Amino acid sequence: MVKEMLTGNSAAAWGARLSEVDYIPAFPITPQTEIIEVISQWINDGEMNAKFTNMDSEHSMITAAGTAAATGARVFSATSSQGLLYGYEMLYNVTGWRVPLVLVNVSRGLSAPITLEPDHNDVLSARDSGFIQIHAETCQEILDTILMAYRIAEDERVLLPVLINMDGFYLSFTREPVEVPGKDEVSKFLPEYNPKHAFFKASNPMSQGVAVLGGSAYSYFKYQMHLASLNVLTVHDEVAGEFKRIFGRSYSAIEAFKIDDAEYVIIMSNSFTIKGKAAVNKFREKGLKAGLLRLRLIRPFPSNELKTLLKGKKAVAVIDQNISPGSGGILSKDVTTALYHEPDRPEVILSFIGGLGGKDISHAEFNHIVEEMEKSIETGIVPETQLLYTKNDLDQINNLLNIAGKTLEELRN
Amino acid sequence: MSMKNAAYKKFKDISREEHISPGTALCTGCGGLLALRLAYKVLGENVVIVNAAGCFTLLSVYPYSPFSSSWMYTAMACAPAGAQGIRDALDILIKKGKLKSEENLKVVVLTGDGAANDIGLQSTSAAIYRGLDFYYFCYDNEAYSNTGFQMSSATPYGSRTATSLPGEINPQGTVQRKKDLFEIWRAHKPPYLATVSPSHPVDLSNKFEKASKFEGPKLFIALSPCPPGWSFDASNSVNIARLAVQTGIWPLKEAVYGEVKHTVIPKFKPVEEYLRTQNRYDHLFNPVKQVDVIDNIKKDVEQYWERYLDS
Repeated sequence: MVKEMLTGNSAAAWGARLSEVDYIPAFPITPQTEIIEVISQWINDGEMNAKFTNMDSEHSMITAAGTAAATGARVFSATSSQGLLYGYEMLYNVTGWRVPLVLVNVSRGLSAPITLEPDHNDVLSARDSGFIQIHAETCQEILDTILMAYRIAEDERVLLPVLINMDGFYLSFTREPVEVPGKDEVSKFLPEYNPKHAFFKASNPMSQGVAVLGGSAYSYFKYQMHLASLNVLTVHDEVAGEFKRIFGRSYSAIEAFKIDDAEYVIIMSNSFTIKGKAAVNKFREKGLKAGLLRLRLIRPFPSNELKTLLKGKKAVAVIDQNISPGSGGILSKDVTTALYHEPDRPEVILSFIGGLGGKDISHAEFNHIVEEMEKSIETGIVPETQLLYTKNDLDQINNLLNIAGKTLEELRN
Repeated sequence: MSMKNAAYKKFKDISREEHISPGTALCTGCGGLLALRLAYKVLGENVVIVNAAGCFTLLSVYPYSPFSSSWMYTAMACAPAGAQGIRDALDILIKKGKLKSEENLKVVVLTGDGAANDIGLQSTSAAIYRGLDFYYFCYDNEAYSNTGFQMSSATPYGSRTATSLPGEINPQGTVQRKKDLFEIWRAHKPPYLATVSPSHPVDLSNKFEKASKFEGPKLFIALSPCPPGWSFDASNSVNIARLAVQTGIWPLKEAVYGEVKHTVIPKFKPVEEYLRTQNRYDHLFNPVKQVDVIDNIKKDVEQYWERYLDS
């Protein structure tokens, strides 16, 4: 099969096209815009049989996506950063409506200060909304994950929307060779959406999104979403198995890289993982038994798989590309919680914050992480959450402060 | 509207068929519910209501619904966007042959004045701009009634709400004039736009009938006397609505592609007759009469009608 050079954004558009979605409500935001531009063009050229509507905000966009899905259409949309937050209220609504739409988030750091480059505070803000979350590393993975996402979302054991994340700029605008599957293959994998639970038609009146009074009803419906989300742990693996059979590519909830004999394990997510994998290769050349886990399925959180993969390891370092001010890294808490009751758990779990607003994570920073892991094993003392920030980063901010008429020294006093 | 060509000439022409069952959780004497009940008789059965947060959200509380047709609750700001999603989905599913055309539905947004004038104004403007084929029913009780009657931008000058209480600094209560939502909508030049009142069922029915001939946005603002908020006895809802029309405070009108026509020309009873029926205006009469405020209300009504009666 021929591979095409596609950006992450184009790969996402192909994912929607191959899934034969019915409806795309859209609102532009950098760095997501290419996705909706490409889809809009295809529809105007008659290459894609779907309805495209320019909406007035992400709040309206997510609403229209949700109600269209509640009418029985297969729906796709995409946003980023501030846009996801602007529509935040509706994320919780559409999950409660149990509509299996797919939304791509192209990660971008949150204002203030306003910026363009990625970190994951935007997508992780939706962590508790009930959306299934899958975070991608490569352009191929974005396309493939969209196909899998509809299978997972529309499975009657699930019926929850899926949020797929890719890093802005690093992946959205990077061209990689991508295999674009044929229509016939895709139709073997992804059947037409035919909802039995949520639709509008004259012959069968239905009330959706209705109010409840009292905690008994509310708790019941909310907990059902939790149970449905947990079902994804099984459904994802089934769907991934089927995907491998048809397309030959294999995806798991957690990607394990050189993990079998590893003693020191770095945990990351999204496109920066490629930097982590390069670092692991360098450590291995020097004889250090390093490995890496990439968290791909973020919600539901694959705790059991993580426990198994980390059994008997010496040290774990989680690099969170996000920050919860006053607490630290968001994913490190999920990792730590998953490991607590494992008797043969790693001796130490360290937490690092890196890559905020698209800041690079250099090999020197990976070196530091490994040194800190070794030191913790030796001393038994686990450091507080650390920000990965180099001398070079400090020089850069000093330079900016100087231009602004301040120096770090002055600010310290 | 010329009565000669009207579909409804007298009260008895209105269908006796009901599409909303009695016994809902709404307040006794709710003027908005009566207006909706009348509107439904024209809209018929094949309807999906897209609701914004407000009093009427309580019409459909799990596992009950008073409607013979479908319902979708969205959130406060975005019912028109929800309507867009449903309309678009029905259209594409019918086009693709996934849904039979006889399964088609009329999409009806149902919001209060707070959602229509304030938090949902953007999504409404956008839906009209896009030419969305839908009905918009705003029940205007002139405040955030469901949360205990706080001021909205549809609250009239000189009235009392829980957040514009008359006091030493502002003895008139609400200082601002009611936002002119009709004119805001009209600036978009939608195919059909009208005000209605539950006191004028024939006028209301004819307007919904006329609207049904147009494709695109069909928008209605229904006067909704609110017994607990306006503070009057629930049995007086229709009388108070009628007085609002007869004093000229609530003009009954329509606009086809922006061309305005008044469907009822009132005989202009004194506005005081209307104000005295509701305790939300009590401070204008007790303990001392606030003549200047009442005069301002009179002047506003006069100025409004001068524009139309002269031409």
